[in-house]
Amino acid sequence: MEKKNFTVSIYTENNLGLLSRIAAIFLKRHINIESITASPSEVPEVMRFIIVVEVTEEQIKKIVGQIEKQIEVIKAFYHTAEEMIYQETALYKIKSSEFLDDLNVQAFIKATNARIVTVTPKFFVIEKTGKRNEVDELYETLKPYGLMQFVRSGTIAVTKNEMPITGILEKFNTTNSIS
Amino acid sequence: MEVKTASFEKTSADTSMTVSGAEAVIKCLLEEGVETIYGYPGGAIMPVYDELYKYQDKIHHVLTRHEQGATHAAQGYARVSGKVGVAMATSGPGATNLVTGIADAQIDSTPLVCITGQVGSHLLGSDAFQETDIVGISTPITKWNYQVTRAEEIPEVIAKAFYIAKSGRPGPVLVDITKDAQFASLEFNYKKCSGIRSYKANPEVDLIQIEKAAEAINSAKKPMIVFGQGVILGGAEELFKEFVEKTGIPAAWTILGLSALPTKHPLNVGMVGMHGNYGPNILTNECDVLIAIGMRFDDRVTGNLDHYAKQAKVVHLEIDPAEINKNVYADFPVLGNVKETLKALMELVKPNSHKEWHNRFKELYKTEYKKVISRNLDVNKQDLGMAEVIQEININTEGKAVIVSDVGQHQMAACRYSDFTQTRSNVTSGGLGTMGFALPAAIGAKMGAPEREVVAVIGDGGYQMTIQELGTIFQTKVPVKIVILNNGFLGMVRQWQQLFFDRRYASTEMTNPDFVTIAKGYHIEANRVTDRTQLKDAVKAMIDHDGPYFLEVKVEQEENVFPMVPTGASVSDIILE
Repeated sequence: MEKKNFTVSIYTENNLGLLSRIAAIFLKRHINIESITASPSEVPEVMRFIIVVEVTEEQIKKIVGQIEKQIEVIKAFYHTAEEMIYQETALYKIKSSEFLDDLNVQAFIKATNARIVTVTPKFFVIEKTGKRNEVDELYETLKPYGLMQFVRSGTIAVTKNEMPITGILEKFNTTNSIS
Repeated sequence: MEVKTASFEKTSADTSMTVSGAEAVIKCLLEEGVETIYGYPGGAIMPVYDELYKYQDKIHHVLTRHEQGATHAAQGYARVSGKVGVAMATSGPGATNLVTGIADAQIDSTPLVCITGQVGSHLLGSDAFQETDIVGISTPITKWNYQVTRAEEIPEVIAKAFYIAKSGRPGPVLVDITKDAQFASLEFNYKKCSGIRSYKANPEVDLIQIEKAAEAINSAKKPMIVFGQGVILGGAEELFKEFVEKTGIPAAWTILGLSALPTKHPLNVGMVGMHGNYGPNILTNECDVLIAIGMRFDDRVTGNLDHYAKQAKVVHLEIDPAEINKNVYADFPVLGNVKETLKALMELVKPNSHKEWHNRFKELYKTEYKKVISRNLDVNKQDLGMAEVIQEININTEGKAVIVSDVGQHQMAACRYSDFTQTRSNVTSGGLGTMGFALPAAIGAKMGAPEREVVAVIGDGGYQMTIQELGTIFQTKVPVKIVILNNGFLGMVRQWQQLFFDRRYASTEMTNPDFVTIAKGYHIEANRVTDRTQLKDAVKAMIDHDGPYFLEVKVEQEENVFPMVPTGASVSDIILE
């Protein structure tokens, strides 16, 4: 089976230690995490992890099964790129001297919807939000100018389909008479 | 507003009272019906031990001689009684010594609650004396774990710990409690946990899946059942027996499924897997429908997965969704507690006898009997064989004993030759293969089922890994019977060296001490068998003895366990010699 990028979305209780439990599931199977983010989700007190990995679909199914097995994981899903709306952000720090006179680059920045965040006599900081490949493209373009620093965020993503978390939690509350 | 993530049973009146965190721990254990716990004191858990002293008429604390012994004893207790086993230790080395037992309980789905003391919360992260990150260490080997830093958390966390340990697919849970949380006081009011919103203990039974599974079973010409510990953990033994009898389907067991169905039941066709019986292994690759019940297709069961039951449609009754399609694809997955799913399935399956198909098992058993079993039991060969000893224990206990085995050749002999007539009788380390398991596990097993005879069958290697627990036996006078099958080798490794490493016996030969003298040093009655003629009387004397007893039996040094599925081979390529 062919390997491809899958985005795993995990809704969890806000619990110390859950990150290492989840990370251990990947580690145990020698799977490299391409990116990981954690943040509060749309549901109060519920966290959402977004993890991108390159694996086969068979592998990702088993991994999601193992993740869901963790006591404090409410629900986990996996999606392919086509099923998600996703973005990441990157910052590029470049020497001003290398850069100021080159009109090509400035034009390219404009064309790719990148943004200049800071300008100092010594360096520029450019920000780019977009798909992974767009961030990569800008990286390649700016690389010859001598990148002083480069950092990218993890992928953040929402699915095209609905995420039925609220329903799961409501069902528990009704069957256990919790108000 | 605080979000409720778990539900708790309502308590009747307001019974709240102010107690210390340490006392709260004991009160929680009492509320959960705990009578016996296993452990070892130390600095960071001392406040709890101080309370144990005050509550010693209500809760029996067994001082093991090593914390590993405490976890294995708690496992033995849980396995025979069906209750949650409890182990307690201090921080640092006390906690790390629990690790092997916790890992063993995780892979064999044994309900345990482990309570560890921790350095004061102000010292956390400072590399304090006996500080170790036991929550971090135990994360991959626990079903759940939690560090308590405030006394008020104790009742709710321990209630959740017990609920998680015993519900659904059981497993070990660890609660780490800082010393300041043990000293601080709280308003104690205990409510048992009844649900956790992010955790579904029992998946809902899907009747459509049941119907499809029943159809597959009803239309099968050559069906075969492989049952595991799920039948025991679900308390479904009677139901399972009725199911087997109604459908007439040959039923084979995994090592942990053993004793869920009486050994001599006419439909019990023996063990599957690496050292399992010839028939069920060969016929795994001939059956048309394979019905897996409460088992997880471990690699020791399946051999090479590319050649495992490829011709068969697989029906998989399982409580843990992560086990479905993990190793073997299930054509008909049936999620749920086997007690519920088997009940639903019972109503839809048709009575059958599968007589001709049974004859295939019988024929293959004859082959195995001739080539393996008759030789193992042959009383005319020069040295004593392990199977002969197990046979003698069967005769003296009439199949009613709990047999606790360690890991290795003797374990295979014990599982293959023990005669079990009742459930929860086979206590062994299956998934983890933990040498040193049996002696402490037997202590727990006897305390969990005091009315039953408990016989530990151990090799000379594994015995020496936890031999210090003889001290626990001496101190508690727990009447366990210990049989050492001494071949002077780490026999299973030696067998592999003989078969696959050209007889290079690297570090497998053992120079052993005088085991009888050691046992006597602990004032345990002890005897040694060096010759077949002594065996009968020696086993009888051991079983008849009122109190703990040690029996060393010198067995053939280079006996091999057969049948055997060599690593990487298909189960149907099982060899007999």
